[in-house]
Amino acid sequence: MTEKQTSLLMRPSRAVGIVGYGAYIPRYRLPAAAIARVWGRSEKAVPIKEKAVPGLDEDTVTMGIEAARNALKRAGIDAALLRAVWTGSESHPYAVKPSSTIIAEAVGAPEHIQAADLEFACKAGTEAMVMAVALVGSSMADYALALGVDTAQGKPGDALEYTAAAGGAAFVIGPADQAAAEILATYSFVTDTPDFWRRAYQHYPEHGQRFTGEPAYFRHVTTAASTLMRESGTKPEDYAYAVFHQPNAKFPRRAARQLGFTDEQIKTGLLSPVIGNTYAGASPVGLTAVLDEALEGDRILMVSYGSGAGSDAIDLRVTARNAERTALAPKTAEYIARRVEIDYATYARYRGKLLRE
Amino acid sequence: MEIPRHWRLQKQRYGLLGEVCPHCNAKIFPARDVCPECGGEAKEPFRFSGRGEVYSYTVMNSAPAGFEQALPYTIALVKLEEGPTVTAQLTDVEQEKVSIGMPVEMVTRRIKEDGSPRGMLVYGYKFRPVMGA
Amino acid sequence: MDSAIYVIGIGQTPVGEFWDQSLENLSAQAIRQALADADGVSIDAMYVGNLLASAASGQANLGPKIADNAGLHGIEALTVEAGEASGAAALRMAFFALRSGFVRTALVVGVEKYTDMVGSEMEAILAQSGDYDFEGMQGQMPSGQAGLLMRRYLDQYQPKRAALGVLSILAHANGVHNPNAMYRRAISNETYTSAAMVSDPLNIFDSGPYADGAAALILTADAELAEKRGGAKIVVAAGNTAADALALHDRPDALVFSAVTLSVHKALLEANLEMAQMDLFEVWDAFSIYALLSIEACGLAAHGEGWRWLMEHDLSPGGSLPMVTMGGNKARGFPLGAAGVYQAVEATLQLRGQAGKNQVAGAKHALIQALGGPASTVVTHILSKIA
Repeated sequence: MTEKQTSLLMRPSRAVGIVGYGAYIPRYRLPAAAIARVWGRSEKAVPIKEKAVPGLDEDTVTMGIEAARNALKRAGIDAALLRAVWTGSESHPYAVKPSSTIIAEAVGAPEHIQAADLEFACKAGTEAMVMAVALVGSSMADYALALGVDTAQGKPGDALEYTAAAGGAAFVIGPADQAAAEILATYSFVTDTPDFWRRAYQHYPEHGQRFTGEPAYFRHVTTAASTLMRESGTKPEDYAYAVFHQPNAKFPRRAARQLGFTDEQIKTGLLSPVIGNTYAGASPVGLTAVLDEALEGDRILMVSYGSGAGSDAIDLRVTARNAERTALAPKTAEYIARRVEIDYATYARYRGKLLRE
Repeated sequence: MEIPRHWRLQKQRYGLLGEVCPHCNAKIFPARDVCPECGGEAKEPFRFSGRGEVYSYTVMNSAPAGFEQALPYTIALVKLEEGPTVTAQLTDVEQEKVSIGMPVEMVTRRIKEDGSPRGMLVYGYKFRPVMGA
Repeated sequence: MDSAIYVIGIGQTPVGEFWDQSLENLSAQAIRQALADADGVSIDAMYVGNLLASAASGQANLGPKIADNAGLHGIEALTVEAGEASGAAALRMAFFALRSGFVRTALVVGVEKYTDMVGSEMEAILAQSGDYDFEGMQGQMPSGQAGLLMRRYLDQYQPKRAALGVLSILAHANGVHNPNAMYRRAISNETYTSAAMVSDPLNIFDSGPYADGAAALILTADAELAEKRGGAKIVVAAGNTAADALALHDRPDALVFSAVTLSVHKALLEANLEMAQMDLFEVWDAFSIYALLSIEACGLAAHGEGWRWLMEHDLSPGGSLPMVTMGGNKARGFPLGAAGVYQAVEATLQLRGQAGKNQVAGAKHALIQALGGPASTVVTHILSKIA
C-alpha cells in the first residue's frame, strides 16, 4: 500500500500572484552614530548606518495608504475590485479599530470587503500576504490587499533603539495570469517562543537579549526556508534573490550563509543598513526593492520572521508583466534616496517623547 | 467628541473626493449642494488627481487647539489641476523651500486627534512637493 | 413722514484686557454712557453684536443677560452674529427695526470678552469666522488667512513693503489722542519693519490686537426725540451687508474683496453720494492687508495699486481721506464683534465735532465698514450730519 505523501507546502487551488506592489518610507533619517553619542557608546559599534523616522503627521495608517496607492497604481485595477484589506503591524494607531478600515476607505476599496488588523511582530505583514493568497487562491475573491507597515518605537538607551524604524509595503494579490510575480507556494513555521513581546498598556517592548538569536530568529528563518526548499525540490542556487527578515545587517547575512545563499543574492533586498528595521514592513519592503529590478523568470525566496515566534517563507517567480509595472509608482530606492538627516532631539520630538503641553 | 462630522467628511478628506457637475462639467471641491459655476444641482462623485500648485503659503507660529504639536507649520492655498483651490498644510518640505507656483501632490496624513489622546484620529489631505521632481 | 434714523446717544468703554470685568460689566458701562448721552430715553429694543461669548464664555442668549443687567426690562433683546462684523450687523438690524416702524428707539451694543479664555482653545474659537471643515480643520486661523493674502499680494504685485505699514503707523499716531484706545504710543517705520512675525509675512503690527470692549449707540426714528436732545443731527444715511464665499479658497480671486465692492457701491447709491464726498473712511484694519484690499475693492485704487495709493495720499485727520481716525482696530484695539459699533461711535464723534485732536474739520459724511472674516461678510454704513 503506497502512502500518499502530504506536502507541507501551502499551495492555492487557483494560481495567484502579486498583481501590484508598493512601498513607503518616510524621509527622515537618524544616524545610529547620533544615538550612540547620546548614550555614551562607541559610534563604531553600531548595528546599522541609519534608520527611517516618521514625521509628526505620519503613522502606520498614513504610510499604509501611500504604499497601497502605489500597489494599486502598479496593479492597474480599480480599488473598488478589492475584497479584502489586511494590515499587519505592531504599531496600529488604535488598539481597537482596524487600520485596515481606514486604509480601505482612503484608497477607495468598496464596502464588501474582509478587513482586520494582524499582529505577529515582524511577520504580521507576510501573514496578511498568505491570507490574501488563500482568499484569491480559493477563488473566494479576485483581488486582496495585504500590507505590512510599522512605526516601531525603540526604548531609549536600549539596543533596539538603533534599529526600530518606520516604513511599509503593500501588495495587491490577484490571479496569476495578471501577476507581476507568481506566488508558487508558502510555508510557515510557528512556535510559542518568548524572544520579544510587549504587554498591553506598556509603551516599549521587552526582548530576550541573546535569546533572540539562535532559538528565535535563526531557528525559525532557517527551518521555514529549508523546509520550503526541500518540499519544493529547490536549492539556493535556483533563486535569483532571497529576502530575509532584517532586524539588523548581521542576522540576515548569517542566515543567508547558513542556508547557502550568497551576499549577492540578498544584497538588493537587504535595506536595514540604510532604513533600519521596519518590523512588519521589513521583508515586505525588501521584496519591493527586489521587484523593482527583478527580471522575468527570476525566482525569489522571501522569509519573514516575527517574534513570538514564526517565519513565513514565500516562493515567487517574476513574470513578463513586472518590467512595465515598476515605473508606475515610485521605486523603493527613490524613497530611500529621499533623505533628510535629523538629530536625536528632533527624533525624540517626532516620536512623541517630548510633548508640547 | 465631534465624531459624526468627521465621519461625514472622511471620503472627501482622505482622498480628495469631490464632485463633478453633470450640467457644466465643473470639478467641485469640497462637495456642495449647488454647483458654484452654473447653479445646477451637483451630486456626482469625482476623485481629484491630487496634483496642484502652491498659490500662496504662510507659516503659522501659533495654532488653534489640537494643532500645537505641529508648530511651526506651513499652510497654503493649493490650486488643484482640475480647477478648485483648497486650504491645506504642506508637509515633507522645509519652509524655506516653499515657493509660489511650486508643483505639489496630495498625501493623506494625520491631521489631529479629536480633543485628547483618547479621542479619534482625524486623517486628511496635505500636500508635499512632487516626489521625483 | 420723516424716515430718518437718528443717532441720539453714544457710549464706549476703553479697549483693552480687562481681566476683572465681565461681558455684563462692560456692556452696562457703555449702555449707561449712551443713555446719559441721549439725555435718557425709553429703549424699545436692543441688538447685541457679539462673536465670541457662546464659545469663549459659555454664554449664549446674551439679549436677556445684558438687558437685565443694564436695568432694561421688558424690551426686545437679541444677538446678531456676522463674524467680526457682528456689531455693525447689529446696527443694520436696529436700522431695519426702526425703519419698519415697529421700534421707535433702539439700542445697539457691541460687546466682546476676548480675555475670558486663553490659549489654543481661544485660537480655535477665533477660527470660527472661517470655514471650520475645510480651513479650521487644516489648522487655519484668521491670521493665517491674512498671511496667505499678504504673501500672494507681495508676490503678485511686488509693492514696497513699507506701504503695508502706512495705516498701522497712522493708527498709532491717532491712538495717542484717543483716551479709549488700547495703544496710545506712536510707532516708527523702524518699529514696523522689524516687528516679530505672526504668520510670515504678517507681523504683529500688521494685525489688530484682540481685546475686550463695549460700545453702544442709541438710535431713534422719532424726529422729535432727536430735536429734543439737541446738538448736531446725525443720521444713518445708508447701510447694507454683503456676503462672499466663506472660505478664502472658494473665491475666484482671493485678492479681490468683491463683497466690499458690492457693499460700498450699494451704500453710496442709497445715500446718493460719491466716494469723493466722504470726509472720512473707517476702513477695516483687522489686518493691514484687509485694509489695503478694501481700499482697492472700493475703487480708490486699481487692483494691485492700493499700496501705491496708501503711500501717495495723506490719510491723517487733515488729509484727503482720513482713515482710522481714532486709532482703528490697530491702535484703538480690536474687540472683534464690538469693533463695528466702535466705528459708529467714533464716526458720530467726528460728525459732532467732538473728536478732539483727531478731528476731521467740517466732517459731514462718514463711511464705516466692518468685515467678518476676509470680507466673507461686509457691513457698510454711511453716517451723515444733516443739521
